[in-house]
Amino acid sequence: MTEGTFGNPEIIDIETDILLVGGGMAACGAAFEAKRWASDDLKITLVDKAAMDRSGAVAMGLSAINTYLGDRKPEDYCRMVSADLMGITRDDLVFDVGRHVDDSVHLFEEWGLPIWKDKSTEGVPLAEGGKPVRSGRWQIMINGEGYKTIVAEAAKKALGIENIMERVFIVKYLLDENEKNRIAGAVGFSVREHKLYVFKANAILNVAGGCVNIFRPRSSGEGNGRTWYPVWNAGSTYAMAAEVGAELTMMENRFVPARFKDGYGPVGAWFLLFKSKATNGFGEDYVVKNADMLKDFAPYDQAAVVPTCLRNHAMLKEMKEGRGPILMDTPTAMAKLAETMTPQEIKHLEAEAWEDFLDMCIGQAGVWAGMNIRPEETPSELMPTEPYLLGSHSGCCGIWVSGPSDIAPPEWQWGYNRMTTVKGLFTAGDGVGASGHKFSSGSHAEGRIAGKEMVRFVRDNKDFKPVLHADIPAIAEEIYLPVRNYIEHKDKTTAEDVNPHYILPAMFQKRLQKYMDEYVAGTSTYYQTNAKLLEIGLQHLTWLKEDSKNLRAKDLHELMRAWENYHRLWAAEAHLRHIMFREETRYPGFFYRADFPDLNEAEWKCFVNSRHDPETGEWEMKKVPHIDLVEKHYVGQGH
Amino acid sequence: MPTFVHTDKCDGCKGGEVTACMYICPNNLMKLDTERMKAYNQEPDQCWECQCCVKACPQQAIEVRAYQDVVPMGGACIPMRTDQAIMWTIKFRDGEVKRFKFPVRTTPVGSIDPYGNKPAPGSLDDNLLFTETGKTLPVISN
Repeated sequence: MTEGTFGNPEIIDIETDILLVGGGMAACGAAFEAKRWASDDLKITLVDKAAMDRSGAVAMGLSAINTYLGDRKPEDYCRMVSADLMGITRDDLVFDVGRHVDDSVHLFEEWGLPIWKDKSTEGVPLAEGGKPVRSGRWQIMINGEGYKTIVAEAAKKALGIENIMERVFIVKYLLDENEKNRIAGAVGFSVREHKLYVFKANAILNVAGGCVNIFRPRSSGEGNGRTWYPVWNAGSTYAMAAEVGAELTMMENRFVPARFKDGYGPVGAWFLLFKSKATNGFGEDYVVKNADMLKDFAPYDQAAVVPTCLRNHAMLKEMKEGRGPILMDTPTAMAKLAETMTPQEIKHLEAEAWEDFLDMCIGQAGVWAGMNIRPEETPSELMPTEPYLLGSHSGCCGIWVSGPSDIAPPEWQWGYNRMTTVKGLFTAGDGVGASGHKFSSGSHAEGRIAGKEMVRFVRDNKDFKPVLHADIPAIAEEIYLPVRNYIEHKDKTTAEDVNPHYILPAMFQKRLQKYMDEYVAGTSTYYQTNAKLLEIGLQHLTWLKEDSKNLRAKDLHELMRAWENYHRLWAAEAHLRHIMFREETRYPGFFYRADFPDLNEAEWKCFVNSRHDPETGEWEMKKVPHIDLVEKHYVGQGH
Repeated sequence: MPTFVHTDKCDGCKGGEVTACMYICPNNLMKLDTERMKAYNQEPDQCWECQCCVKACPQQAIEVRAYQDVVPMGGACIPMRTDQAIMWTIKFRDGEVKRFKFPVRTTPVGSIDPYGNKPAPGSLDDNLLFTETGKTLPVISN
């Protein structure tokens, strides 16, 4: 094959046994675990859109590990996750993360991640009885600026650098020609070279992160990229799975984090470690003040930690009725802590407060510096953000997967832990639905679970020879269509960015954001929608999908943007369809079905699953019964 | 909230095909202008302000300035990172400067031996990860 040119790439075929799509925490966990179980002749290949040292949601770093059980029981972890996510979670999956997660955290520490220790056990590793500094019942504090570089080093060394491809963006999965509903491969392109890669694989791990920027963000202009979750998470995990017919679950769920205004700085350490209080503009504790209103969402309002969406619900009432701003009272919290401290300890406290931002949200430190905000002197505003789709943080949308063989009831397992309903296609981290609160450590552990299971799957299916149900030249044409559109039409107008023949990926994204915001419960409607608004929203998404054929790409970077936004559109459509189907308000503070404003336990305490049929293009929506495997009592639970 | 590159400091990583900032940017934003041999941010409104490029730049040629449509001018957060620690210089709009230093790693870079002292994997057919070989996994008890 001759060397590729722009729009006429070299097509490179790669055969592998296991393909890992993504390079974040889950992918690193899978690489580390799978390689250890694999026989020498089993080939594992990892493909990352970016560079593994700094890819995924932990790229910038983190100031805490939010899931470390220590002496807590996995049953209590299930109770906390269930309460925060309003009762509908998969206990088998959550429990499974809970019983494995600490092992990953111990590895991180062994590899070199600095973990804060209680003074009584300073210098003692967690695995040998060291006591972490807890910022909450499940969270521990770290010096986590280099978190991802450390985890990536272990994964890269385990897998071997020759098995890792960076700057390759997988855009589609391919099914098998002979066996129905069986994964067989994937296709993607280099964002740096004129190369199209066609992979054949026995098993694929789909771990390409959550979904950011499908709603109009509060930050505008230059601030568009300063999203809360990483701006490069384009919903590829959900979109590519849906396109090949994998069943999705709880795609109506979203996360609306209430964060420091304008920079999206984390609030966890302020609430939990520094014991700071948030109030409305008149100094009132809005959760206490509105406790009666939250009773409408019983029994979840009774959890020891009020569910995140209900806290938002109380906050939004204050904002809507004009009692803003919502303020984090940092000066009072710091003054109170300082009462019993030496001057040196107070200086250390100030450094800890700044590190919380500098480790994981430098932008917020920039906002403080630019606005002369010193937390010991000036309270800071909080603001609920635009909605995000994810399955690893305080949200639980994602893909419906098979559970662990020793815990999951028969209807929740079909052979291999974390395998989707498409044979051979696995997922983890943000990809797994109905089991939030994994965070970084749980995503790594879940990647390891999936990694081992994929090796077992390949062993059990060693005679499988993938035959792609695809016309590769036609798919190459489809992938490079935005380039064709550009080359064919760019000279027809005097300014190439304004051209009736194509749409720029950036404009495509803005259009998606506008209509999701206005019709699918974004910030501009205070997160409210109804059936009529959703119908209009769906019409706009349908037009947008038609117009995706006219996306343009002037270079490989813009081709990446074109496909990212195509994935965003798919994730957005799944989100819309699920909200349309669930006729209740389960997550007030995240979104409201104004035409069904109440929690409806009798009819809707169930999963909502959906499947896009790759043959017909139709979406099928259904209710799936919910079961509690761990006994729930809610009152006082969920610490 | 974009990165910017100081013209006088950037040396294009001395003519390498991929500069340090291009290699590391998680969002593929940094690009080398091959005529001037200087890097630049090709899509400033998609910058997450993670400062991965700033930390990686061997010339300390890259900085982030806050998004001008939101934040008043004059503040800055400037890192200086080694393999063990990171030093931050925070400049306030009103001129005050604060410095903070935090550890980033307790072991030498490149020292991880992923399978070095680990047990051999057990059975592929149970639910134990390889590091858990020999342990008994808990199941749900109500």
